[in-house]
Amino acid sequence: MFRNVAELVELAEKEQIKIAEVMIRQEIEVSGRSREEIVAQMDRHLEVMERAVERGLQGVVSRSGLTGGDAMRMQRYIEAGRFLSGETILDAVSKAMATNEVNASMGVICATPTAGSAGVVPGTLFAVKEKLQPTRIEMIEFLFTAGAFGYVVANNASISGAAGGCQAEVGSAAGMAAAALVELAGGTPSQAAEAMAIALKNMLGLVCDPVAGLVEVPCVKRNAMGAANAMIAADMALAGVKSRIPCDEVIEAMYRIGAAMPVALKETAQGGLAATPAGRAIAARIFGAAATK
Amino acid sequence: MKYKSVFDIIGPVMVGPSSSHTAGAARIGLVARKLFGRKPEWAHISFYGSFAETYRGHGTDVAIVAGLLGFDTFDDRLPNALEIARIEGLDVSFFTEEAIPHHPNTARLRIGDDKGKLELVGVSIGGGKIEIIELNGFDLKLSGHHPALLIMHNDRYGTIGAVASTLAKHAINIGHMEVSRKEKGKEALMTIEVDQPLSDDLIQELEQLPNIIQVTKLVD
Repeated sequence: MFRNVAELVELAEKEQIKIAEVMIRQEIEVSGRSREEIVAQMDRHLEVMERAVERGLQGVVSRSGLTGGDAMRMQRYIEAGRFLSGETILDAVSKAMATNEVNASMGVICATPTAGSAGVVPGTLFAVKEKLQPTRIEMIEFLFTAGAFGYVVANNASISGAAGGCQAEVGSAAGMAAAALVELAGGTPSQAAEAMAIALKNMLGLVCDPVAGLVEVPCVKRNAMGAANAMIAADMALAGVKSRIPCDEVIEAMYRIGAAMPVALKETAQGGLAATPAGRAIAARIFGAAATK
Repeated sequence: MKYKSVFDIIGPVMVGPSSSHTAGAARIGLVARKLFGRKPEWAHISFYGSFAETYRGHGTDVAIVAGLLGFDTFDDRLPNALEIARIEGLDVSFFTEEAIPHHPNTARLRIGDDKGKLELVGVSIGGGKIEIIELNGFDLKLSGHHPALLIMHNDRYGTIGAVASTLAKHAINIGHMEVSRKEKGKEALMTIEVDQPLSDDLIQELEQLPNIIQVTKLVD
């Protein structure tokens, strides 16, 4: 059993196994289910993610009409070839948005770790697929690795926007994705932990301020940036860059910041972008004047 | 450890848009439905904290009603739950409460029909996970993720022992157990989370024990 990132990395290094394998072994022990059952369930979750990305890239629209179509727009832009950053990173951005657009349209997604942050992990995985050519089992392992880091955050801090702000949702997702990207690319367990630390550090303090209380604005674009952040953090860790603050202490800092964050900025739709004139106008349009008190 | 399984993190598979406000809410409704044992005819649902502020935006109201109708988080009928409730004769009303709850995502459900009623308080703690913290006035802690038994019984000596022995006979291990009562010698509630699936035979056997009023199985 691991309780924090340090123990997770130590277990993987001592046993000379991947972080994904540490997570699978723990799941077998905790659930009493067989390895085959557990891997098969993760495979089904991977399928849900694939379907959501495909659907989102074809273009969906949410009930409110606030989001949808941007994932498709980004794909067209990539195809036109005149982008500034890079193809892989923009693909991750587009696929992260695709998932969240499907989520906003009340479609079926897999929460990773939450629905509001469901785009980051699959977005990055499917974006590096072409470059790294992972096997199906390696893609499944990617999700176990992401899950192992998310498990630590969930138990030591929070993965709920209402309890910890967006840093707890998209921040956690970015950290999870960064760590899993490192492992998929052949990095070490400690490099995976560095990637998680670097990604999460850059999400600290991010508030949860959804316009009209909907998981749409700014959630879709925060997933886009969470995916971009994860990609860069993974590259930095693979290059040998280290976080001066250990990963577990970054997680602890995230928890404390979340606890100190005003309630108006924790998924109550009372502050931040939700409280801007444009944000209030959108809420009034959707729910009527009563909802904008 | 609040989160035990990797599928609490990479999961659930669910209808959007919010794991805490949609999937968690559906699960609270579903637990209430299972405890009640049948479709209720009416439901009074009170929202607290963030639930009260944003329930319409996240479809929290729709999701709780979906749960009461017996739909799981990934059921594609979920978005249409309010309409389905109307057609099936489940009369729902929603209230927003000013009181500040211990956790921001809290809902109190009062449901019933002409034969009985039930009241529970559920909390959505994030990522689709829930806890049931109150049932018919009893405080309890129930994650909704392990096979669990709720046993209403008379507060008499030997009752807890008899239940534990029966579970042991069926090779069922108790992971978490709580006993609460409102008053000495009156009605009491056992909450038992176990590691193995619970058969119908076992439930019947428990119901035959002395001083047992009602046995409800939650989550297989």
